[in-house]
Amino acid sequence: MSNMPIIEVKDLVKDFGDIRAVDGLSFSVEPGEIFAFLGPNGAGKSSTIKMLTTLLSPTSGVLSVSGFDPVSQQDETRRSFGIVFQDPSLDDELTAWENMEFHGVLYGVEKELRRARINELLDFVGLADRRNDQVKEFSGGMKRRLEIARGLIHHPKILFLDEPTLGLDPQTRNHIWEHLSRLNREEGMTIFFTTHYMEEADRAAGRVAIIDHGRIIELDTPARLKERADHAASLEDAFLFFTGKAIRDEDAGAVDRLRTHAARWNRR
Amino acid sequence: MAIYILWLRQIKRYFRAKSRIIGSIGQPLLFLVALGFGLGPIYAQAGGGNYIEFLGPGIIAMGILFTAVFSGIQIIWDRQFGFLKETLVAPVSRLSIMLGQTLGGATVALLQGVIVFCLTLFVGFRPDSLGMLGIAFVFAALTAILFTSLGIAIASQLEDMQGFQLIMNFIVMPLFFLSGALFPLKNLPPILSVLVRIDPLSYGVDGLRGALTGVSQFTISLDLIVLSSITLMLLIIGSFLFSKVEV
Repeated sequence: MSNMPIIEVKDLVKDFGDIRAVDGLSFSVEPGEIFAFLGPNGAGKSSTIKMLTTLLSPTSGVLSVSGFDPVSQQDETRRSFGIVFQDPSLDDELTAWENMEFHGVLYGVEKELRRARINELLDFVGLADRRNDQVKEFSGGMKRRLEIARGLIHHPKILFLDEPTLGLDPQTRNHIWEHLSRLNREEGMTIFFTTHYMEEADRAAGRVAIIDHGRIIELDTPARLKERADHAASLEDAFLFFTGKAIRDEDAGAVDRLRTHAARWNRR
Repeated sequence: MAIYILWLRQIKRYFRAKSRIIGSIGQPLLFLVALGFGLGPIYAQAGGGNYIEFLGPGIIAMGILFTAVFSGIQIIWDRQFGFLKETLVAPVSRLSIMLGQTLGGATVALLQGVIVFCLTLFVGFRPDSLGMLGIAFVFAALTAILFTSLGIAIASQLEDMQGFQLIMNFIVMPLFFLSGALFPLKNLPPILSVLVRIDPLSYGVDGLRGALTGVSQFTISLDLIVLSSITLMLLIIGSFLFSKVEV
């Protein structure tokens, strides 16, 4: 069991209509690894995470998460991981504590353990004194911290983090990574994350996959990637070396339209 | 437990949205006053009796309909604001999520029904017998569950709120106006008569009216059978459509 990869992806393909978002992706992650998944906007990172976390079904290919198939064994797969999404996923009308409680109950964490962990985690992300405030009163950074804390309530075997530290100041980023590294060391929690902060990947990740146009173009330790990228000074330089300097578009569309819509509604 | 926490979330959201509660009183009150007192004299002259007595149950059903569909449709908001992902990624079956959402939305709609019932008392409505209030409650609950599942079924097919106005104009409004909430079903033109009989809300209105005033145009048992069959059907359809939702 221990030498079996905890995440395995073989020839993964995802089409959205005519667009191929993920194009024959294959890689595996070992238990206890911290694995960074890097790529320009629209490279297929989020689609891959959604497929690994049962939110999207693949067009073709084979997936395995903690030994389960995310397509046919959704519940078993879901119990084994935690996820912090790229976009906000809190209920603004509920308080910080209620958001945490909701999550803990859905994941079947025992009441006493749940309460203890919620208090501990709220304390850890510095939101203990705001626990009874509605999330809509929070700043972007506070919401981000709350989401990270929420993803840790059920102590998952794998933690997926989709740009977890977006919009956080360096102090908070460091603080959160210290905690994540500790969970990784002490509980052997596997961490799979995407980020646009390259120095974060450089420092935290054991291995880094660089994907572009739905394919893996490089997969190695940060040190060796830099070496291969003509001895780049930083991982960011190596990343640009491998993916080029062209700027990518990302589809916004419906979500942005709706946010405007809803803002108007909620002002009632 | 998962169903309970989903239910609780809806209730908490309802009581926090003070503006929604106040707004939800205004519309039925307007209908009761404008139609009830406006058309009352003509209705009485035509030999229909007390129009407020007739209209009351219809407006209660209206309150339940609007709130239920709206509660069901809220999952579009949850989808757009990301909260739906949090729910869908949890190790809970889609059926439990659907049931939790439905029961939460239906409870809120039922509360709305009770609020409107209290309003009708202010404008002079008097229930026929207190003993039948229990039966009225059953009809209110069935109506609430039916239209919350309808809202969820529709919402699971929509990407965003663009279609919301369309739903209001082409589904919710016709459901209300063709339900016999406002007019008696006797001597209707044939087409209207058929439409009324297709509209599930007609049976909710008629059941409520039968229980509250003792006068029904179908029979209470027919109302009960039709309403519970359609509710069950929509629960199944809603669960199926919801289980296909991807984010």
